[in-house]
Order: sequence, then C-alpha cells, then structure tokens
Amino acid sequence: MGAELGKYKTCVSARSTNKDILKRAQDGGIVTSLFEFALDEGIIDGAIVAATKEFAKANPSKIMMENSNFDFVEPWRPIPAIVTTKADLIAAAGTRYNISPNVSLIKEATRSFGLDKVGIVGTPCQMQAIRKGQLYPVGLRDVGASIALAVGIFCMENFPYQSILQLVEDHAAMKMEAVKKMEIGKGKFWVYGKRGQVVQLPLKVTHKYEQPGCHVCLDYVANVSDISTGSVGSPDGWSTVFVRSKIGDSVWAKAMAAGCFETQPIEKVKPGLELVTKLANEKITKNKATVEARKTFGVGKGLRIPYI
Amino acid sequence: MVDKITVGHVHMSGCTGCLVSLADNYGGLLTILDRYADLVYGLTLADVRHIPKMDVALVEGSVCINDKLAVQEIKETREKAAVVVAVGGCACYGNITRFARGGQQNQPQHEAFLPVGDLIKVDVYIPGCAPTPQLIRNVCVMAYLLLKGTKEQKDLATAYLKPLMMAAQRGTTACFCDLMTEVINQSLCMGCGSCAAACPVRAITHEYGKPQGVRDLCIKCGACYNQCPRSWYSFDVVDNYEAINEAIMAALQ
Repeated sequence: MGAELGKYKTCVSARSTNKDILKRAQDGGIVTSLFEFALDEGIIDGAIVAATKEFAKANPSKIMMENSNFDFVEPWRPIPAIVTTKADLIAAAGTRYNISPNVSLIKEATRSFGLDKVGIVGTPCQMQAIRKGQLYPVGLRDVGASIALAVGIFCMENFPYQSILQLVEDHAAMKMEAVKKMEIGKGKFWVYGKRGQVVQLPLKVTHKYEQPGCHVCLDYVANVSDISTGSVGSPDGWSTVFVRSKIGDSVWAKAMAAGCFETQPIEKVKPGLELVTKLANEKITKNKATVEARKTFGVGKGLRIPYI
Repeated sequence: MVDKITVGHVHMSGCTGCLVSLADNYGGLLTILDRYADLVYGLTLADVRHIPKMDVALVEGSVCINDKLAVQEIKETREKAAVVVAVGGCACYGNITRFARGGQQNQPQHEAFLPVGDLIKVDVYIPGCAPTPQLIRNVCVMAYLLLKGTKEQKDLATAYLKPLMMAAQRGTTACFCDLMTEVINQSLCMGCGSCAAACPVRAITHEYGKPQGVRDLCIKCGACYNQCPRSWYSFDVVDNYEAINEAIMAALQ
C-alpha cells in the first residue's frame, strides 16, 4: 500500500519528561505535555479534550451541558471540555475508550469560551472533521484559522459507552467505579482495577461491541492531524509520534528544544513502525471491504457511502 | 487584470445575511474584486438595474413564487449566468422561509417560498445560515481557478467544487432529519460532534456520543448535514488541506 501512515515529516518514539504527567498518562503523556507546552508558550489559549464527570463537577464553566446535575453522568463517560491550565490538563489525562464528541466544542471554543488559538485532540475521524471544517466551513464561521494545534490519536475503532459498560461489568466482572485504567494493547483489552486487580479480554470478545460507524473509517494514524500519537510501535510507557504538518513541525521542534520529551529513533525501538504499518493495513483493508460491501448490501440496493 | 471573471449577487427572499457574510471577508473581498472578479450586479453595490450577462451568479434567498418579478428574475439569472451558485440556507434548502405562511404587510399574499433549485438548475451550493465568509471566499477563488486557471488549478478547483456541485444535485430540502436518515440510520455516524458545532441555533447536542436534535428548533438550513464528515468527504481534497489552505491564502495576499 504505502499510504497507510499518511504524510509525515518525522516519526519518533517519545515520552514526556514530566513525571507528574507520566503518572497520569495513558502511555508517553504526549498529548498532555504538548498541550501544556503550547499553553505555556501561548501557541494555544486552551484545548478541547475528553474530560470526566469529576472534572465537569469541579469546572462546570469549562464544559457545555444542558444538565448541570453530574450525578447522572456515569464513570468513564468522557465529556468534551475546554482546558486552560496545566492542572486541568492533568485532570483530563488518559484514554477513555468511548465516544467524546470533541469537535462539538470547536465553534463554541472561539465564542463563549473566547479562545483565539484552539488546541484539539481527537481520533482520526475527528481530525478529518476538523480539516473538512477548515476547507468547507459550512457552519464554522471564522473557526478554521483559530485551530492552532490539532493532535490526533491512533484509533482502530471506538466503542459506544454502553459497550464499555458491558465489557467491563459483564465480561470483566468489574464495577466501572472500581476501574483505574483501561487499555488496548498486545491483542487484548485490559481493565486495571483500583485495588490492583487486572482483567484481560481477548479482542475477539470486544469486536462485536465496536461502534459500527468506525467500520468505514480508512485512517488509523490520524493522517490529517498536525501531530499524531499512539502507543502502537513503541515500548511500554512510550508513544509513537508522527509530526505531520508545518504547524506540527514547528510546535514539536520548540517542545523538543524546551526539553518536554525524551525520544528514541523509531527504527531503534521494538516493535517499531512495522507493527504500526501492519495494523494500519489491517484496518484499512478490512474497512475498505466494508465500504465495498455497502454497495451491494441489499437486493439491487446499497447503503450510502460518504466518500467521493 | 483583464482576465477577471464577472460575478453578480442576485437577491431573492433572504435577510441579506449572506451578502453581509460575503462582505465580511473584508480585505479578502477587496483582493477578490481587485484581481479575480468584477462585481457586475448587486443590490446597493453595483448600479445596475437589470440582470446582466455574467460568469457566476451568487443567489441569496429563496424565491417567492407569488411574486412575478422574483420568478422572472431567477429565470433570467439562469439564462444570463454560466454558473449559478445558491448561497446560504434559503437559496439551497428554503431554510426559515420554509416556515413562511404569508400575511405580512404590504404583500400578505406572498406566502410560498421555494429554494432556487426548485425553479432552475443550480450548479453549486454554499449552504449555511449564514454561509461563512470563508466558504464563500473559497468558492470564489476556486470558481476563478476553474474558469481562468492553469490545467493543474482547474483540476484542483474541480475536485474542490465537486462535493458542492453534488450537494446542488442532491436536492432542495435539508434539516436535522438528513443526519438521521442519511448518516445515523445508515450506520455512518461516529460521534465527532461536527453537526452540533455547525448548527446555528444550537439545536443539536450529543447523547452518549450520538447527535440528538431538537427538531422544533431546527430551521432547515442544512449546515449540520453538510458539515458532517460522513455526509460527504473527499480524500482528494482534504488530504491536501495544507496546500489548498496555503493556495487560497496566497491568492488573497
């Protein structure tokens, strides 16, 4: 194939040099450290991230929700939030494997939140949404030029909240409240409990719970982000980082110069780009087949395909 | 520059918000008028009474079919313009004028308003209420490149304009329900949030990562559907977003 990793200028294995961030981070703390640096330097005035109910409760002015009673929000349900400080960033660090409509705040960030330079983290599809929004801003007046840093995360697929609930409570037999961390890696879905217990589920079990909308997605490593990152390809506690755009290149160079990250050449680490490429190809091949199958889904009738 | 294209702004039944959006390109608009386009027709902006021949007609507003003059003018627009662009929710989809029932002084019998595409063939849609200055700007630059550019520029402009031309062919109704029928019901939604961001009346929220629309608030502008990356998406264009953004900005320098 060859295009499976998208265009990029550099690729390294990296992790944050900030111990506080590493303690809370999913892997190498790349997104949190990048946004912290960008906030410090004035590259962004705030960032749209996937926060939690606890964060929303403590910072109701940093989210947009009709209902201010957060008791009804379940644990591990992400809430898109606009963070403006290092403490906010650390509170929101980590991955929650279900849908956080971060793009829904992209216009409001520049309106009632008053940001001129917005950072946003999101999945590959959310990066596609951002770039479509910059080129074809149908309802995003003046937003495009305000997007100062778009960080993408690798994504094989996402899950509806109820799928995660079912995986954690029914399959892994743990309470959502008791979970410290969830992770997908080494071919398994891992659930870590606060008491130290660990449950692993084979991905065979998780597949049927995936969000179906993900099955037409042809992007694994957020090809149109400024910088994209994910654990795949790097050793435990490290992240693989693709620096893609001019903006990404400039921010990454400054962050490196400021000592935000330690890096290793991607060629030197195991499993390296080979695994990223393999998984990207797997996703794209499988989903291309799904897109193709949509054409002949019914009898003489197909399903819609968004790609033109 | 001699080789400019001619552009007109045709005002049907709309609130002039689209024209204001065009003007809100500020310096960019002046650059467009300096280098790429001559404004040959436009309410208050060009001292021309009758619709002249032009390359591109930007039509704002829906057509009141009870108003003879409006009907005549929209037909004339089609005859005189090589490319007809429906600008804004009303021209594309009817938008708030869909809710009109007549009874307003001093023409209470003016009760029925149709999107431009119900009366004439429309080539390109610029949806949105109001359409954004940036999308209007992008389409103007691309229309220029399409008509006057080099082969490469023509290819780029064709790829860029294709989804907006397909939108024009798709139809003259749009509302939150399009997200339901064409995206969510088709199992294409992945919960990015674009629709909620695009909605001008904040009628869309997300429940467990999927859009929920307050349909009574929906003004039928089509912004949510057209902003959605799963309604239409062009890899050819979006993968080159950086170069295209730079080309547009350079064109306006």
